[in-house]
Amino acid sequence: MAAADVTTKTAERTLPKVPLLTTHSVERELTGWKAWVLTTDHKKIGIMYIITALVFFVLGGAEALLIRLQLGTPDNTLLDPQTYNAMFTMHGTTMVFLFVIPIMAGFGNYFAPLQIGARDMAFPKLNGLSYWFYVAGGVVFYSSLFFGAPEAAWTAYAPLSDDAFTPGFGTDAWIFLVHLTGISSLVGAINFVVTIANMRAPGMGWGRMPLFVWTILIYSIMLIIALPVIAVAATLLLTDRHFGTHFYDVAGGGDPMLWQHLFWFFGHPEVYIMIIPGFGIISEVLPVFSRKPIFGYRAIAAATASIAFLGTLVWAHHMFTTPSPTAVLIFFMIGSFLIGIPTGVKLFNWIFTLYDGAIEFKTPLLFSAGFLSMFLIGGISGIVLATFPIDWQLHDSYFVVAHFHYVLVGGAMFSITAGLYYWYPKMTGRMMGETMGKWSFWLMFVGFNVTFLIQHSLGLDGMPRRIYEYEDIGNWGTWNLISTIGSFILAVGLLLSMINAYRSLKKGAVSGPDPWRANTLEWFIPSPPPVNNFDVVPTVRSVEPLKDIRQEVAARSQTAGSKDAPAPAAH
Amino acid sequence: MPRKSLVVRLQKAFAPLAAAASASLFLAESASANWIAPEHGGSPNADAVHSLYVILLVVGLIVFFAVEGLLIYVLWRFRASRGHEAKQIHGNTTLEIGWTGGAAVIVVVLAIVSFFKLGEIRNPPNSDASGFTTTTIAKDPGTNQKLPPNGKALHIKVLGFQYGWQFTYDDGDGNPDNDVVAYRDMYVPTNTTVMVSITSRDVIHSWWIPELGGKFDAVNGFQNWTWFKVPADKAGTQFRGQCAELCGRGHANMTASAIAKTPAEFKTWLEDKKTEIDDAKAKAAEARKLVDAGETLK
Repeated sequence: MAAADVTTKTAERTLPKVPLLTTHSVERELTGWKAWVLTTDHKKIGIMYIITALVFFVLGGAEALLIRLQLGTPDNTLLDPQTYNAMFTMHGTTMVFLFVIPIMAGFGNYFAPLQIGARDMAFPKLNGLSYWFYVAGGVVFYSSLFFGAPEAAWTAYAPLSDDAFTPGFGTDAWIFLVHLTGISSLVGAINFVVTIANMRAPGMGWGRMPLFVWTILIYSIMLIIALPVIAVAATLLLTDRHFGTHFYDVAGGGDPMLWQHLFWFFGHPEVYIMIIPGFGIISEVLPVFSRKPIFGYRAIAAATASIAFLGTLVWAHHMFTTPSPTAVLIFFMIGSFLIGIPTGVKLFNWIFTLYDGAIEFKTPLLFSAGFLSMFLIGGISGIVLATFPIDWQLHDSYFVVAHFHYVLVGGAMFSITAGLYYWYPKMTGRMMGETMGKWSFWLMFVGFNVTFLIQHSLGLDGMPRRIYEYEDIGNWGTWNLISTIGSFILAVGLLLSMINAYRSLKKGAVSGPDPWRANTLEWFIPSPPPVNNFDVVPTVRSVEPLKDIRQEVAARSQTAGSKDAPAPAAH
Repeated sequence: MPRKSLVVRLQKAFAPLAAAASASLFLAESASANWIAPEHGGSPNADAVHSLYVILLVVGLIVFFAVEGLLIYVLWRFRASRGHEAKQIHGNTTLEIGWTGGAAVIVVVLAIVSFFKLGEIRNPPNSDASGFTTTTIAKDPGTNQKLPPNGKALHIKVLGFQYGWQFTYDDGDGNPDNDVVAYRDMYVPTNTTVMVSITSRDVIHSWWIPELGGKFDAVNGFQNWTWFKVPADKAGTQFRGQCAELCGRGHANMTASAIAKTPAEFKTWLEDKKTEIDDAKAKAAEARKLVDAGETLK
């Protein structure tokens, strides 16, 4: 304050009467489609990420429904094996590379700068670049539909993915997708790390950073560690396919196991890359709707970091059935078991955030509670699968399919939906419909469990994954039919949320800056926020800066009210 | 002291959950059907995997009911519509150390149990005296091969290809050319330890017959070893399985089957098969002679 006063006085006395702010040129603000295509505003880029990811989600979801339709009855002839293999390859690849990771990048883009009180990302133009690389990856990949889709699964195991066994454009499109979305995520990740490290509001030390920002930071670091490895693996596959090398070809002195090690060195961290920002969303939503601070802030941040650390050291638990020495299997089993500890810590911290609170059952809280209950199941089945002798029975069976859908749909997808309902008012200035939101939650919750719980049993009864048809052995027919019915209930639930989001753009109640009485800085500014985000960046004194501001406003207005005779606070 | 009351309340909340958990124990005891545990019964290693799984299932169910119960209780008990006021607690070090330790104990116990079971699953026993007469198996260095204590077993080489399996019955004379080769159904003797070495001719496949134990990938250039030993009462049973690693468009139809026979029946089958193959080879050799002599075959 004092310094500002001095400057003002100096200006009045000595400086000539010219504008204090000078610039070389002023760019006209872009309008129409150019305002979106050429934007470097992190909020617009964030919204474009989220919408594009949802478009790919609809495509990936349609592929999933086709898969479930085909498996609805034994010996079904709806899809031929080539189409079926293409469908699950595209479904997996789409959900991993074109939906979950980019939508997390979208939320991160929009909310990480807002939550740390920054006016944009550190490198706004690179930010735009990462988005357009992502779009390019998706377009190249989906163009393969017209030239022959990939059919070697999202894991593209060599030698099946080699040109001898899957010639044609499909696998090449997959490789280009890996490269393009890889560059996108890598550039984006570096941008996040630099932004979070350097652009936090005054007073926001590492220990006062919102947990969502912590998870975006950890997500970014993991991307930086994992992505170069898959880029190498995919490049070697490309040269094997087209330039006569033999990296994965035994006949030429190569090694098919090399692919699996490189792929899973990326692929397992990838699982955590997909779920960790979801942890962040849950850690934001639970305190707000239970009206309590997060239980054990440090423990949650530390647990997230240790999950990420351990998560990069357990890749070969995807390879328990390969010809590998028992000592290796034991190492990766113990490593995977250890992840159970920080995961358990987080679950209990979340539940105890709710404990003794005043829980308001708004849609974001419902989805978060759904997340907790289903992520637990994914965690337990994960420990079962990490026990390698048991994995010998369950690996590549429908038990595994059930497990990772509990983690990625029950976990990531539910946290994404929670985030969408939670942050939609900030992004649009409108609330999403609560009634429709609750319908959507219950349909999704029931549909999801009907679809995937029974798949554990299918796996235990010997049904392998990635088969386009099956004979009616035991209960396979009935159980698959149950699963198919569930998938359509889940789809209706999802559709309701999408319709809700679309309708609420115009019809939703006006939200104001802080509809949830939340704790973090994004709720300090108008909804939707202005281009520069913050006219004034508040000084941060705790993990919950907005709660501090609210309390201070309350305190000041009270003292003001007692001093002045006619109290304005009376109504 | 808010801290104490929190712990006391927690204990109260857990009492009914502990009861629910012990009830789940009985549920798991009766869980022999395939919907809740992996298939078994064809071999001791499959049985051991099954019992290890049941232990994990019981622990998993206890954790499941405890945590879900706590979650539902908390959601119901502290809902805002009951007019409860939120307590501004930031954490509780004792509790947090408690559940970190608790999770660690569970994980360590499961690891120890798994190690106890590992020998039973991994190491093949000797064949019974009533079993098929077997020969000593050569050591296969640099692989995950584990031999029975007396080193003797029936060795079947499994070769995966797009889309089927080839079985070579190693007769132990070191010459693979005179071994019996079969396709589609793998005939195996009961009471006999069968060592299986698995590899592939092309892409990666995975050999999996659930009732005979876990799956093992067939990778070109690698030998992957496992074993099974079918009990006497399973003679005449056909065990069903299929390839478990995506191997191309025919993956769904790449089934696997093993048919158990008594050692005597198996001996007859093997000898018949050998005669059949030798006859065919002799005929082929005759034909080759004729061709070499410049005659045309009819």
